[in-house]
Amino acid sequence: MTVEELIEKQEFKMVVEGEDLSREVTGIFCCDLLSIAMGRAPSDSAWVTVMGNVNTIAVATLADVACVILAEGALPDDMCRARAKQQGVTVLVTEEPIFEAALKVHRQLHG
Amino acid sequence: MADVIALTYEISPDDFTRAGEASSDVKSKLKQVGVSPAAIRKVAIAMYEGEINMVIHAEGGKITVEISPTEIRMILADKGPGIPDVDQAMQAGWSTAPDEVRSLGFGAGMGLPNMKKYTDEMDIKTTLGVGTTITMVVKI
Repeated sequence: MTVEELIEKQEFKMVVEGEDLSREVTGIFCCDLLSIAMGRAPSDSAWVTVMGNVNTIAVATLADVACVILAEGALPDDMCRARAKQQGVTVLVTEEPIFEAALKVHRQLHG
Repeated sequence: MADVIALTYEISPDDFTRAGEASSDVKSKLKQVGVSPAAIRKVAIAMYEGEINMVIHAEGGKITVEISPTEIRMILADKGPGIPDVDQAMQAGWSTAPDEVRSLGFGAGMGLPNMKKYTDEMDIKTTLGVGTTITMVVKI
C-alpha cells in the first residue's frame, strides 16, 4: 500500500505533502520518544506519534520512514511543517488515539 | 590509494532546531556516492544520536566524517564536561538530560546504546572537564 492509498482509504488528513506519495508503506511503528523511534522505527513504516516538533522530522528523515502520522489531534508546529516540506516528509494528522490510528493502518496492510 | 572523502561539521550548542542537519547532509552525500541504504541508515542514526548528545550535554562540538570505499568513520569531538562513568552512560535508559530536553522527546537514555548498536566499532575517549571524543565506524 502506498502513502497515497493510505490517505485515500482512511481519514487521515495530509498537512504536509512529501516528495513521494507513491512510496510503499510496509509496516507501522508507534512511539513518542524520539531516541527510541530513531533506533527502532523500520524504514518504510508509517510512524504514529503525538510529537509534532522539528526533531520528529529529523528522526523521520534519518530513520527513513514512509510517513509520519500525528495522532490525538496533535498538529505540527510551523518549524516542523517547514522542515517536513524541505525534507520531503509526508505528515498526516488524525483525531484518533495512537492505537486506533495504527490499527487503521494495520487493517489496510494486513486486512 | 583509494580516495577518502572528508566532511566537517560544526554543531551549535543548545540548538535543537538544527540538530540533525549534519546527519541529513551526510545521508544525502552517502546516497550520492552509492552507499547501500542499510549502511546509510546505520550512519544516520548513530550520527544523529551523537549530534543530539553534543547539543544537550556538550555545548556543541565538531564532527568529522571520512568516507572510504570500505568504511565510514565518524569522529565526534566536544569540549563538554566529559562522561564520569562510561559504563553507566552506555546502559539503555540511563540519562542525565534535563526535563526540557525530555519534553522534546529526547533523553530516553538510548543515545549511546543506539550509537553502539548501529556501528561496527565505537570508541569513547573522555576526560572530565576537558571533553569527549567518540569515534564510530560503519563498514560498507
